[in-house]
Amino acid sequence: MLLKKRQREGAEINGSSMADIAFLLLIFFLVTTTINVDTGIGMVLPPPLDPEVEPPPIRERNLMNILVNAQGLILMDEQPVGIAEVKDKLIEFIDNPTNNDQLSISPDAAIVSLKTQRETPYNIYIDMLDEVMSAYKDLRDAASRANYGVEYAQLKENSPQQEQIKDMYPKKISIAEPDN
Amino acid sequence: MAHFKKKQAGTKQEVPTSAMPDVVFMLLFFFMVTTVLREVTLKVKLDLTRANNIEKIEEKRLVSYIYMGPERLPGNQLGEDKVQIDDSIVDDIGAIRNIMYDKLLEEPRLIVSLRVDQNSEFGLLTDVQKELQQAGTFRINYSTKRED
Repeated sequence: MLLKKRQREGAEINGSSMADIAFLLLIFFLVTTTINVDTGIGMVLPPPLDPEVEPPPIRERNLMNILVNAQGLILMDEQPVGIAEVKDKLIEFIDNPTNNDQLSISPDAAIVSLKTQRETPYNIYIDMLDEVMSAYKDLRDAASRANYGVEYAQLKENSPQQEQIKDMYPKKISIAEPDN
Repeated sequence: MAHFKKKQAGTKQEVPTSAMPDVVFMLLFFFMVTTVLREVTLKVKLDLTRANNIEKIEEKRLVSYIYMGPERLPGNQLGEDKVQIDDSIVDDIGAIRNIMYDKLLEEPRLIVSLRVDQNSEFGLLTDVQKELQQAGTFRINYSTKRED
């Protein structure tokens, strides 16, 4: 009788690669955890004014004065307007398609000055700023579509195309200090 | 001649690795549980306003926050509008320029994110912005939520 001793095969699963999987997970979590991305309206403040240096003269027609009081009433170049009209008026002022001699000479000369009172609630101020930003966004999108066929946001960051559109419509927004 | 046979230990010379995943998983859980991404405790009430044309700040490590809003007082009451930087309320507005200047030296590409309560007044914000101008931190961001 042939007595063959059967070699028992171990019923184990090779667990050594489990560690690698766990490490991979660990690294994945470490890398991807970015919570709460901050969103907002970006601005660049001007350097502080030197009292001895005269500010450069600005031609009246290139300046759009927007005044907002604490109740949210808006004056654009001395005319009362509703918040819904602000954007269209701004686009007309910046682009000046009809070469009106009351509006900006060229888009890159246009300056939007935003002035509020100290008592103005922050959300009214942000609403106004949002309208200004949205006017510039529309203009940049239109220019970008006309030249490159895509929207401004789809142009590559810091690419020459994006710089060109930026130069065409620079955001010159001045936040004036409240008087009182 | 005597034949010396080297005595070999009967045991295998492998380190058992089966417990390794457990160790690593334990590490994983430890990190997942303990990683509290440094959140400040807000001492002011903050209710952000909403806007449409907003951009994301991708470089999070460049951002430094300034919080503005009515101060939270004990007993669920709200006080005057105050400015909070990091974990403490700054009572002296004039001190902001030094605080922000020190931050700017640490990170020259600093972006200051202003998180302002929607009902606080614009006057305080102008004072803070004037301080930021003095400090030389010109890149700011008005933190808002997306309108929906």
